Formats: sequence, C-alpha cells, structure tokens
Amino acid sequence: MEIHGLGETLAAHPVFKHFDKETLDLLAGCARNEHFRAGQAIYSEGDAADKVFLIREGDIAVEISAPQHEPIIVETLRAGDILGWSWMVPPYKHMSDARALNDVRAISLDATCMRNKAEQTPALGYQMFKHFVPHMAVRFRALRMQLLDVYGTNKG
Amino acid sequence: MAQDPMLPRRYRVKRAWSELSDVSTMELEPIDGEAVPFAPGQFNMLYAFGVGEVAISISGDAADTDKLVHTIRNVGAISGALAGVSDGDVIGVRGPFGSAWPVAQETGRHIVFVAGGLGLAPLRPAIYHVLNNREQYSGMTLVYGARSPDDLLYADEIKAWKSRFDTEVEITVDHAAPGWTGQVGVVTVPLDRTLSGSNGAEVSAFVCGPEIMMRFSVMSLMAAGVPEDKVWISMERNMKCAIGFCGHCQFGGDFICRDGPVFRHDQVSRLIAKKEI
Repeated sequence: MEIHGLGETLAAHPVFKHFDKETLDLLAGCARNEHFRAGQAIYSEGDAADKVFLIREGDIAVEISAPQHEPIIVETLRAGDILGWSWMVPPYKHMSDARALNDVRAISLDATCMRNKAEQTPALGYQMFKHFVPHMAVRFRALRMQLLDVYGTNKG
Repeated sequence: MAQDPMLPRRYRVKRAWSELSDVSTMELEPIDGEAVPFAPGQFNMLYAFGVGEVAISISGDAADTDKLVHTIRNVGAISGALAGVSDGDVIGVRGPFGSAWPVAQETGRHIVFVAGGLGLAPLRPAIYHVLNNREQYSGMTLVYGARSPDDLLYADEIKAWKSRFDTEVEITVDHAAPGWTGQVGVVTVPLDRTLSGSNGAEVSAFVCGPEIMMRFSVMSLMAAGVPEDKVWISMERNMKCAIGFCGHCQFGGDFICRDGPVFRHDQVSRLIAKKEI
C-alpha cells in the first residue's frame, strides 16, 4: 500500500495544487485525516468554527434549520470542495449545519493553527487569501442566483 | 393550396397526464389529415376553444411522427385550460413555428444540454435526437436544475437516461429537505464541474430555461472555452401571431416567433445584455 504524507494529500486538493512545497509542509502541521459515516453530523450551527474541511471523497449537505420547519439543504459539496469559511471570520462560529450524505473522507485544518501561521508568516496568509477567496466567490455567486428563485415562472 | 398559418387544425387529446402539481403533458393526434412534422426546438400555438391561444414548445420525439407531445405549466387562464384537458378533448393547433436546435449538424462533437426548470421540455426533442443517434456524437451531457426535488420534470425518463453508460446526467435542485441525497445548488455548479473535465473547444451547448439562468450558464460555457458560435439558447417572449406579423415578440430587430425561439448565442448576446429589451 502506498502511504502519502499529509503535505502530498493537500497538494492533490484543487485549492492547494498551486501552493509550493514549503507552504504545504507548513500547513500539513495543522492537518489531519477525517472520516464521517453517512448521516453523521460534521458540525452544527453555533459550534466553534475550529476546523476547515477539504473534501477528498463523498458528499456533504449544508443545512439550515428554522423552528417549526424541517431543515432545508441549501448546498451540497463534493470532492474538491471546501467545507466551512466561518473559521476566517470572527466570532469563528458556524452559521449552518453540515452532515455527511455518504461516507466522507476529508482533511481538516485546525483553524487556530492556520490563523497563527498566517499571522506569523504573512506570505502564507496572502496565499491562503488568494486561493480561498475565489472559491468563496463562486459559492456566493451561486447562492445569489439561488436567491432569485429563477424557476418560479418558466417556459413550456 | 398551402394551409393558412393563422387557421388552427383540430387535434384530439389521445392521453393527458400530470407531471408535477402544476404541469401536465398531453399527447395529441390530428383529427383532420396527417400530423405535421416538426424539428426539435419548434413550438405550436395551442388553442383552448373559447379561452384563447398560447405558444407552447413541442416536447416529444420528432422521429415519432404519430403523436404530438406538449408539456404545459398552468400559469394563467389559457395554459390552465390546456393543462386541464382530459383524454378525448379537442383543441386547436397552429404550427409548427420557429427555428430549431441545430443538433443534427453538430455530429462528432460533445453535446452539452443545460436545462433549467420547465426548460427541459423544449430541449427534450433534441435530447431524443442525440440519444437515438448517440454513435454520431463524441459525448452527451445533460445538466438539469430545478427548484426542488418535487419540481423535477420527467423524473422516470431522467432515471433511464442516467442509467445509460454513454450519457452523463447531472441533476441539481435549488433547495431540498433532508432525505434528498442528490445535489443542491444552482445549475452552474454541476455545469462548471462537467466542463472542467471536458475540452471546451469540442463542446456544442444547447441551453434552455429562465433567461437569468441561461445568462449565467453561458458565462460558464464561455469561461470553459466553448466557442460562442457553438452555444444556442431558446428565448421566450409574448408570442401571439407566430408568423412575425403582430410584433408582440419583437426582440431588437428580430421576432422571437419567426427568427427564434432558438438563437445562436453570438447573434443575440448584445441584446441579452440590454436591460431595456
């Protein structure tokens, strides 16, 4: 069996593929492998956003709950996606629930560790900004389109 | 003498069934003479006697000349009357009218269909054409977005298309309740994923759905390197006469009923960007 270090596994993820080896090794110190079974809660609204997840395999539902309503799945994420951005923004609390739809394998990065390393090494912070923000921008654009409820009146 | 395009022909409803809570499909057969052939993407003017007439895309297989199929959403008096027909009822039909998806000309290419909501209905004849002639195309992908799992049109048929080894089908909904294990998100998300694994230069795309959804989908297609003259969209405006006479569906210098509804994107991109049109 071939065993890969976390740095190599990080390098295989689309968000980190442009990072240099030195940066990946630095980030690997914050990383660990995670496994979630189908149906398992990954985090809930209000939980401390102490990790960011890089999905390697499987699908994750991002849900929002409201009293007297069943939860609504607002987004599903797949291999290659990033789960969680609240770790970047104070007060570092999750604003939704996340649940594994099937067996999920991911790498988690410890948020405090990442923030500390970015503070100490601004170049690393800038790299993270450069590669995380486009991912977030795509997600926000999609959510904006979702808000339009474009399928309300349609052709036929 | 050629048939007067303003004169409806009588068709009998062979079979009508409900697709969704507000969407029905009907199969029609002509009472007077033979069925008129059509090309994928064209539309008919359907006339509910005593109520009125409305433009509805043809959603059946153009190769199946025995029946004419229309899928209708109940959004008003006329479409409500048509969506509520029963087996044996008689309606009026004028058509077919308008331009077609040029799918038969795009052989050898990877065909990507992007459908949103009821936009799958006008695309279905083109999908049938590719599926019936699959060996002539290098690939076929359908990316389909709907509001929720309950709003997915032709669900059984989609399941059958998904089970084919030569066809890629990506379904997404805008929101869902727990229990739905499929994708949630807008149509551009699975479209971007599909395109990231394809050579954009080899893709011919056919897009149909709400105009905003088509605009965003075209942006994704362009970003992936799909040539602008290989993208077709289907426009919708208030069509009345269907022969470019009354001017109700004027779109810049074109009439949607006569020059469309299917347009190559580079022919209308300038107009789509204009908020006033």
